[in-house]
Amino acid sequence: MNPFTTLTSTFMPLPHRDVDTDQIIPAVYLKVIDKDGLVDGLFSRWRYLPDGSPDPDFVINKPEYQSAEILLAGDNFGCGSSREHAPWALTGWGIRAIVSTSFADIFRNNALKNGLLPIVVDEETQQQLFSIADEETDAELRIDLEAQQLILPDGRSVHFPIDPFSKQCMLDGYDQLGYLLNQGEAIAAYEAQTGK
Amino acid sequence: MSKPQTLFDKIWQSHIVISEKDAPSVLYIDLQLVHEVTSPQAFSGLRQRGLKVRRPDRTFATMDHSLPTELVSKSSGIIAIKDQIAAKQLDQLAANCSDFGISLYGLDNPYRGIVHVIGPELGLTQPGMTIVCGDSHTSTHGAFGALAFGIGTSEVEHVLATQSLLQYRPKTYKVNFEGDLPARVTAKDMILALIAKIGVGGGTGHVFEFMGTAVSQLSMEARMTLCNMSIEGGARAGLVAPDETTFEYLKGRKFASQGDAWDEAVAYWRTLPSDEGAVYDKEISIAVNEMEPMITYGTHPGMGMGISQNIPAPADESDINERASLQKALDYMELEGGRPLIGQKVDVVFLGSCTNSRLSDLRQAASFIDGHTVAADTRMMVVPGSEDVRRQAEAEGLDKIFTAAGAEWRTAGCSMCIAMNGDQLQPGQYAVSTSNRNFEGRQGAGGRTFLASPLTAVATAVNGVVTDPRTMSNE
Repeated sequence: MNPFTTLTSTFMPLPHRDVDTDQIIPAVYLKVIDKDGLVDGLFSRWRYLPDGSPDPDFVINKPEYQSAEILLAGDNFGCGSSREHAPWALTGWGIRAIVSTSFADIFRNNALKNGLLPIVVDEETQQQLFSIADEETDAELRIDLEAQQLILPDGRSVHFPIDPFSKQCMLDGYDQLGYLLNQGEAIAAYEAQTGK
Repeated sequence: MSKPQTLFDKIWQSHIVISEKDAPSVLYIDLQLVHEVTSPQAFSGLRQRGLKVRRPDRTFATMDHSLPTELVSKSSGIIAIKDQIAAKQLDQLAANCSDFGISLYGLDNPYRGIVHVIGPELGLTQPGMTIVCGDSHTSTHGAFGALAFGIGTSEVEHVLATQSLLQYRPKTYKVNFEGDLPARVTAKDMILALIAKIGVGGGTGHVFEFMGTAVSQLSMEARMTLCNMSIEGGARAGLVAPDETTFEYLKGRKFASQGDAWDEAVAYWRTLPSDEGAVYDKEISIAVNEMEPMITYGTHPGMGMGISQNIPAPADESDINERASLQKALDYMELEGGRPLIGQKVDVVFLGSCTNSRLSDLRQAASFIDGHTVAADTRMMVVPGSEDVRRQAEAEGLDKIFTAAGAEWRTAGCSMCIAMNGDQLQPGQYAVSTSNRNFEGRQGAGGRTFLASPLTAVATAVNGVVTDPRTMSNE
């Protein structure tokens, strides 16, 4: 996992609420045994027209967002299935942070394990950002993970929550499995004590 | 006196390996279930790091998501896999299980089936356990009073390597279903009613505990239906306290203990139910006496209503985001707000999935369809949840009842719930489905899903249009 410290980028608006992981990546793309090729499936039901060509009106097809690394999403982003293919497809496309009012639990957990930062803001900030996106597509957001600050295009700074452990893992690019493997003795002791 | 604890508290406490401030707890996992779709990258991770599976004896695998359910040869139930990419994924699971010493209920195994059907069926799922699987409907196993939840592939790898997970303690949410269920109203309707009320994000960060007279009266299989869709209400897990119904279901199953060990297990399980006065972070009470059969009209499981109601009209919705969301859903569904759903033409009826594919679901549906015929323009698929369910249903002659009515009788698998195996809707088609998700394209690109109970599914199949099961004759 690559470390995440700061990020300055344009942001791509996807205003729908309750975007489920079947929309992020439909199940037909889940037959792979690696993490490659998932980018083609990202939002594929919304991204392509029935004839298979890109829908020019869908946000990730717009030329102005091709280098956006931040997704601005509606409430409860990532609900539904546990498929980690969803963050793999998003990061594969180039998304490194998602700003919303709320995230589904499993998606949030999966995102954090893949260097994809879920940023929770209040509804007012979210709506303000959608309004900005309506007017200017080149507005930028700046994320400072160490300070837990999201800096809006108008210079205003918004604090966002993240648990200290996930934050440190993101900052260091540290894989959580390494941490768990270091607890081997405690796990063995638990097994011995409980007869498991 | 110690503080009264909830069922959740007791399971959580007894599985803590390490609890530290400012870090997630290390939670011990008693059982991991594995399937072909969310595990390959986890096994690759183990190989890259040169790791073993810590407890292959606590790990069980099956094949369910990506295989076809077409009945090729009735005697063997052997399946022809035409999709080469899916075949490769299935082969990979077999190789992974063989390399890492994991029991696999593979293609030729007579007990293969949907992971959340076979876990309970084999008696692997037991009260008080922590259970995970790379599948969000792992919440199903909570019906036994086990803390069971879905995880991503990274976490599948964590559990394979360490039999543990890093977890923050979720909050608790008491869901009280009071009263007696009216005729032809089922556990599926109860959970759809809850989700319609609290929304698809209503349980986020929480674990449900379902209780009340209506829950204690449910059979084990109905409790599984209830817990199965906890995730559709945003809660990763749902629990029902173990009781005599639970013990009776488990007794004698393959992995259930026997003799003195069984008695000891039951004695422990009896200590698990929440203590009198235990406190929950959130509570809701729902009366079931007046509950109707439920059906969804939109593109997530929270867009549901009593079947006799009218579809909500976006114009009546005061919240601007809700209005936009409803309008988008109705545009996709090509439905109009303010009108009834009863009478809506339906192309396909799907009876199956980890929500409603167990023997009791099939028995109920078969006795309801017996003597009727599936409407001429409607296709009805019946997909048992496991090969064991299929065998038992066939021994009872249920398959004959379904095929005599004009329905298709298939082999076990996730089938059209996930539509990655050839079983799928065509663009524009409408389905009444006993599964758990009505997301856009979930059952096939462009397909439209109404979620409902097996009884509503049968009534709809017979009439070819959405039908209230309470209006169907059943001589």
